[in-house]
Amino acid sequence: MSASLLDAGAAAIAAAVHADASVADQVVATALERVRSTHEGAQGLNAVLHRARAEALTGALPDGALRGVPVVVKDNIATLELPTSCGSRMLEGWVSPYEATVVRKLREAGAVVVGKTNMDEFAMGSSTENSAYGPTRNPVDRSRAPGGSSGGSAAAVAAAIAPIGLGSETGGSVRQPAAFCGVVGVKPTYGRVSRFGLVAFASSLDAVGVFGRTVDDAAIATETISGHDVHDATSSDRGVPTMRGAPGSLDGLVVGIPREYFPDSLHPDVRARCDRALDALRSLGAVVREVSLPHTALAIPVYYIIAPAEASANLARFDGVRYGLRAESDSLRGLYDGTRARGFGPEVTRRILLGTYVLSAGFYDAYYRKAQDVRALIARDFDAVFSSGVDVLFTPTTPTPAFALGAISDPYEMYLSDIFTVTANLAGIPAMSLPIGRVDGLPVGGQLLAGHFQEPQMFRVAYALEDALGAEAHR
Amino acid sequence: MAVTPDDVRHVAQLARLEIPEAELAMYVDQLNGILAHMEELRAVGGAGAAAQAESTREGMRLRPDTVGAVPLAVPLESFAAAMRDGFFLVPRLATHEAGEES
Repeated sequence: MSASLLDAGAAAIAAAVHADASVADQVVATALERVRSTHEGAQGLNAVLHRARAEALTGALPDGALRGVPVVVKDNIATLELPTSCGSRMLEGWVSPYEATVVRKLREAGAVVVGKTNMDEFAMGSSTENSAYGPTRNPVDRSRAPGGSSGGSAAAVAAAIAPIGLGSETGGSVRQPAAFCGVVGVKPTYGRVSRFGLVAFASSLDAVGVFGRTVDDAAIATETISGHDVHDATSSDRGVPTMRGAPGSLDGLVVGIPREYFPDSLHPDVRARCDRALDALRSLGAVVREVSLPHTALAIPVYYIIAPAEASANLARFDGVRYGLRAESDSLRGLYDGTRARGFGPEVTRRILLGTYVLSAGFYDAYYRKAQDVRALIARDFDAVFSSGVDVLFTPTTPTPAFALGAISDPYEMYLSDIFTVTANLAGIPAMSLPIGRVDGLPVGGQLLAGHFQEPQMFRVAYALEDALGAEAHR
Repeated sequence: MAVTPDDVRHVAQLARLEIPEAELAMYVDQLNGILAHMEELRAVGGAGAAAQAESTREGMRLRPDTVGAVPLAVPLESFAAAMRDGFFLVPRLATHEAGEES
């Protein structure tokens, strides 16, 4: 009973637990068993780094929207009982002395954290291959990358370990792995969800995001973790609207298709799945209109100046003094340098070097100030489109389906896999990916983007599109 | 504006990163490869756009200038590498006189 219930989705689990509290024990036990079984063997997923102990989990759960629902949490979001190691040797085994607001909100809604998930070290990567604890495999095809940096949560949700997972985004680290693993991934508006307890990468871009196997699971989770938090000065004090809904007509709704997201180089089968999704939107009554976001091509260069610059400052705190790894030395300088050399992997080192370089004397104006100006132009592009009557934008989430593990060694080529997702982080707008079909058996994601704080509009389209595509979304 | 080995040594020193000499050439090549793509930003206008965006949006929001302690579930000593009397312990700065730990 509990095995099929775990597959049924968050709302069904919460309803069943509400009717019979003992069901929670069975569902959580099944989730923990799936953590174990999916980890086994040479082709194990390696999605969950820290598994919760069953005896510590259920008991008197709050009677909220997620009562008894197992959730997984990315390893850079602070939890009290399980380590928060950020996929890094720097924080190996480190347990946070406080809890992230998003985790507290999930627990207060009755959710049960069953594990912390693998990720690219300090969220820097697009494949989860940069984890100090080995790569995660894509459950759809275990020779493929699950995407990243939140690849562990995406894989865990796709493998039905839990219906809901938390991830984090700086440039697409929820939506890209959601697309690669065939699940739903949501990045809320910057400020909609508290970042308190999310280990900082690039503070002006970072956002906690949500994975769900269905739009409904993702909507419930996003609504649950949203809202103002006194511990995060950038969190908005706007009220949290209802995001959960149901499939319905899209009569009169205007869907924009930005031509820059459909270049000639786009994988033809990805384009075909997008065309099918757009046909579905038209059949629901939506008006589809081509639009332009002219500064799109500059998003990757802008992102890879701003994000490493902010990271170089944020990661300065990992120096061996207060917590985490310490490389003993007889000098203070030796302690700093040795700790950071041993604690950080190559991608993190590369980005700290890059960020320090673009912020250094003589280069600040040429790189960092310039990137901030172009970031404003990118945000202005979105403002212009949304103020012209477009309600949501539709694009592919990624240019290609999941690539093979080990296939990409050039850093910049890897960065390009985020080309359709970084713009939403730079502009601070909400965006999500949902499955729209498969190519050679590999999932393809369609991306919806909306104006600031327009999550309800975005979910309205997502519910309708998911329903209209039906089983086609996974074929 | 090509990155040189000395540039990498310099930023590594600024960032408190120990880069082995054997890895220096790799980072020089990779940073040059990445920064080459950044050059296309030079052709774009938009000077002052960031400052203008800040002034036309809601602007920087300030919170009350008060200290709000984060309640910790465990004491600092439970995760600090080394502590004594409420202070984090580190090796002496090289410029200080040799002696016992500070």
